[in-house]
Amino acid sequence: MKEQKVLSVSAIENGTVIDHIPAMNLFKVISILNLDTITKNRMTFGTNFRSQQLGQKAIIKISGKFFEDIEIDKIALVAPNAKLNIIKDYEVVEKRAVNVPDKIIAIAKCMNPKCITNHQQVTTRFTVINDNKKVNLKCNYCEKITDQEHLEIVK
Amino acid sequence: MKNRSLISIDDYTREEYLEVLEVAAEFEKKPVQDILKGMVVATLFFEPSTRTRLSFESAVNRLGGKIIGFTDAASSSTTKGESLKDTILTVSNYSDLIIMRHPLEGSARYASEVATVPVINAGDGANQHPTQCMLDLYSIQKTQGTLDNLTVSMVGDLKYGRTVHSLIMAMSHFNPTFKFISPDELKMPDEYKLFLDSKGIKYEEHIELGENISDSDIVYMTRVQRERFADPLEYEKVKNVYILNKEMLVGTKENMKILHPLPRVNEINEDVDDNSKAYYFPQALNGVFTRQAIIAKILGLK
Repeated sequence: MKEQKVLSVSAIENGTVIDHIPAMNLFKVISILNLDTITKNRMTFGTNFRSQQLGQKAIIKISGKFFEDIEIDKIALVAPNAKLNIIKDYEVVEKRAVNVPDKIIAIAKCMNPKCITNHQQVTTRFTVINDNKKVNLKCNYCEKITDQEHLEIVK
Repeated sequence: MKNRSLISIDDYTREEYLEVLEVAAEFEKKPVQDILKGMVVATLFFEPSTRTRLSFESAVNRLGGKIIGFTDAASSSTTKGESLKDTILTVSNYSDLIIMRHPLEGSARYASEVATVPVINAGDGANQHPTQCMLDLYSIQKTQGTLDNLTVSMVGDLKYGRTVHSLIMAMSHFNPTFKFISPDELKMPDEYKLFLDSKGIKYEEHIELGENISDSDIVYMTRVQRERFADPLEYEKVKNVYILNKEMLVGTKENMKILHPLPRVNEINEDVDDNSKAYYFPQALNGVFTRQAIIAKILGLK
């Protein structure tokens, strides 16, 4: 029985482990990082793990993939406390936190139904407004705020 | 300002507001100036707005420019399914400046990114209408002799009224004191109050119109619209609370002026119209001078 517990999330030789993702946002993170289109890397998704910090958390393990900062910072919108563990030769060689970027382009959907971006083929652009640790997005077009609770990912 | 679009009132700095107002005053002295000769201005009105369109067209005509365009989406190729991008790219080829009104919010910013000529936003849904705000500033400066240190009362629909929101942003450069007078349902949204707090600008909130205008330099009236209320009963309760009449002007300051973006329905009684404090019709005339100034500035002619 003990062995099974260990096997539930297996170790990787080289790659990235993204930890401390809020369980409810796992699929948003997958979508933002385009993991659903990757065909060659082995990936493990785990969710609904107990977490003191988040209540329930999710974990992503990806073999043979290392992210650029600019790429990974995009997930700050939905997983601001996420931690990256860079694994080489089964060892954690680096730990990284995500930073909330100043601009969000082509990721989020504006929550204003009357915004031009929801009616015509316009790339969404937001300026990030950090307010009491919450990430709110101000649409560069309609100037309305999309808050974290209403955040949807464009796909 | 040359070749720069005007989409949102925050696109201009304090100095730029003052520059535009200075040029507007020149046009008030000499409204007919042939500086736009040989130029073509496109007025694209994807939703009808007679007042704004006529004001812009009057401004262009007095500058000697020619106008092309349409007055509502039904007479444009939008009905054939053309995207805004394609319309703007096409019209950019035919004109030196685009003046656009569109029902979707953010459409003007998008148009300015796509266009190869400058764009003036003549209203994008409930979002921005910067030339209205500029003419409000001009009217305030003209009647008060300054924009600095004034007490401005805003009355009516402060929740959805884009003109009052823009005016707050613009006036914030001039150390104003605001009095917000509205029913609870239509109070000034928190984001604007937080903005004022961050700038250290004083404001009060009131429910009663009555004596809260006695120390005001400007009383800015807006319409309380029935369709803003989820509960019709709530509308019935407040609809007659914010009607300004002649008696209410007793005891107000000598220099006080009443502004209104128009159209008015019943929120200013007609008995106010003959009072020297009523300024909403001259305010509309100021719109032509202000728009002349903005057009001239953007085209680099002033």
